Amino acid sequence: MSNLDIILQQLANGLILGSFYSLVALGYTMVYGIIKLLNFAHGDIYMVGAFIGFSILSVVSGILGDGWTGIVATMALSMIAVGFIGVIIQRIAYRPMLQAPRLSILITALAVSLILYNLVMSITDGEFKAFTVGLGYEGISMGEVYITFTQMVLVSATAVLMTILHLFINKTMYGKAMRAISIDQDACRLMGIDVNRVIAVTFFVGSALAAAAGVMAGVYYGSIHFFMGFVIGLKAFTAAVMGGIGSIPGAMLGGLILGLLESFGTQIPFIGSEWKDVFAFGILILLLVFKPTGLLGRTEIERM
Amino acid sequence: MSDIVLQLQDIETCYGKIVALRGINLVVKKGQIVALLGANGAGKSTTLRTISGLVKSSAGKIMFLGNDITRSPAHETVRNGLIHVPEGRRIFKGMTVQENLDLGSFTLKDDGVRKKRMERVFGLFPILEKRRKQDAGLLSGGEQQMLAMGRALMNEPKLLLLDEPSMGLAPFLVQEIMRVIRQLNASGATILLVEQNAKAALKLAHYGYVLETGKIVMENDGNSLQNDARIVNAYLGN
Ligand SMILES: Nc1ncnc2c1ncn2[C@@H]1O[C@H](COP(=O)(O)OP(=O)(O)OP(=O)(O)O)[C@@H](O)[C@H]1O
Ligand SMILES: [Mg+2]
Repeated sequence: MSNLDIILQQLANGLILGSFYSLVALGYTMVYGIIKLLNFAHGDIYMVGAFIGFSILSVVSGILGDGWTGIVATMALSMIAVGFIGVIIQRIAYRPMLQAPRLSILITALAVSLILYNLVMSITDGEFKAFTVGLGYEGISMGEVYITFTQMVLVSATAVLMTILHLFINKTMYGKAMRAISIDQDACRLMGIDVNRVIAVTFFVGSALAAAAGVMAGVYYGSIHFFMGFVIGLKAFTAAVMGGIGSIPGAMLGGLILGLLESFGTQIPFIGSEWKDVFAFGILILLLVFKPTGLLGRTEIERM
Repeated sequence: MSDIVLQLQDIETCYGKIVALRGINLVVKKGQIVALLGANGAGKSTTLRTISGLVKSSAGKIMFLGNDITRSPAHETVRNGLIHVPEGRRIFKGMTVQENLDLGSFTLKDDGVRKKRMERVFGLFPILEKRRKQDAGLLSGGEQQMLAMGRALMNEPKLLLLDEPSMGLAPFLVQEIMRVIRQLNASGATILLVEQNAKAALKLAHYGYVLETGKIVMENDGNSLQNDARIVNAYLGN
């Protein structure tokens, strides 16, 4: 492969990876922004999203087939279902903890993570599930580089979701309220904003985006398993911190950068692909040394 | 039918073990500007926070336009037209002036009405129109106070609670804010005004209360308070 081919190929790989990271990182950053919780269960929500998608697809594919029509329907339904799961978890586990010390709610999040992880493990007997879709491997080749239509559609779908999110956050009243709550909750209540309700909406949106990523990962990798949320949870967290935790554009950017860094990191001489995680976390540490608030974060620094 | 807009009966409020209000009785009538005066820590802000529902009273009763709102959460009292402009302005820094004003009308569904109200606010505070696309955090202190009041007016308040609107402002800006308060009152808003600047407040107020360590220690109409020797010594001196 020529150098240009390698660059193109890694760009494609990095964009896909970055899409998954960004979608999951958004949920991290939105929840942190609004209730200052590092929601460690968020990676598991992504995993639950993949499994809900798997179940929905098995029904939907009988009606709409397992091509794009079926997959888009599956994705939409999974997002709604997992959105509500996120809201229910928020209502049961986190809301009673909002006035408690920060550490309590953090531990609650770890508990939620363990529950989801073990629940799916026992339901699936700890087995891999084949996420069978009928998309084929058509694509376009440029020199030795081959990019499938599936890859292109997944990246585009991510771009569409992010655009919708951007419009929601900046143009709708609920979106503005969401940002305002992360600045001053009491002032929001004085505007007539039902803060609990907006928090619930935030969990819905964040969980739905994670579900979208989970379904896409199923489509892309072809199989899913109960521990698939763990590493991506860490990576998405890294991406959110890189971009500046609490910042929505930051999460989008952080995810993409992390995805690209990882895929290009495999090309550095003497650093094989087995070192890519070390590479990603190393970059994070370096960034935090020089810019502790992340790329697009606000200047305030808070201890956790 | 009475013309009482707001009535507090024996209101007590605590922060944990600290008792901040020890039985407040207070009445605000339609069309009035009522001043609530008192030294630092007397409980003025706590009184407003209890009325708007940001903190809960442990005893007593609050009536607003004939309804018992003692237990209503803050975001619901707003819907009935009770609007609180808190101490320290509390504008949303990092959002634009326009977005701050939008949020003031969060409860409103109709964009046309929203636009009309925003034009009215820009009429009162032309500087906000010039700064509408700017980050609210970059406004000067006086402009931030105007934004805080403008944001409250996006809601068509029946009763406006103002907590130290003149705090930290240059004298000419205090005059400007007081002028706006008078103007709002003239156009129909009833106002409960908390002020350190007793002189400025009593010039406007129809009636006034003096708060001391969580209790009302004096009340009278504005003119009488202005001339009361005790008030003059305690709050209006030099
Ligand atoms: N969040 C809080 N937690 C604990 N105590 C509080 C809190 N807020 C106020 N207090 C206490 O309640 C009392 C009344 O405070 P409040 O803020 O109502 O006074 P204020 O009259 O508004 O004073 P200032 O003129 O300084 O604004 C004070 O003793 C204060 O220390
Ligand atoms: Mg005060």
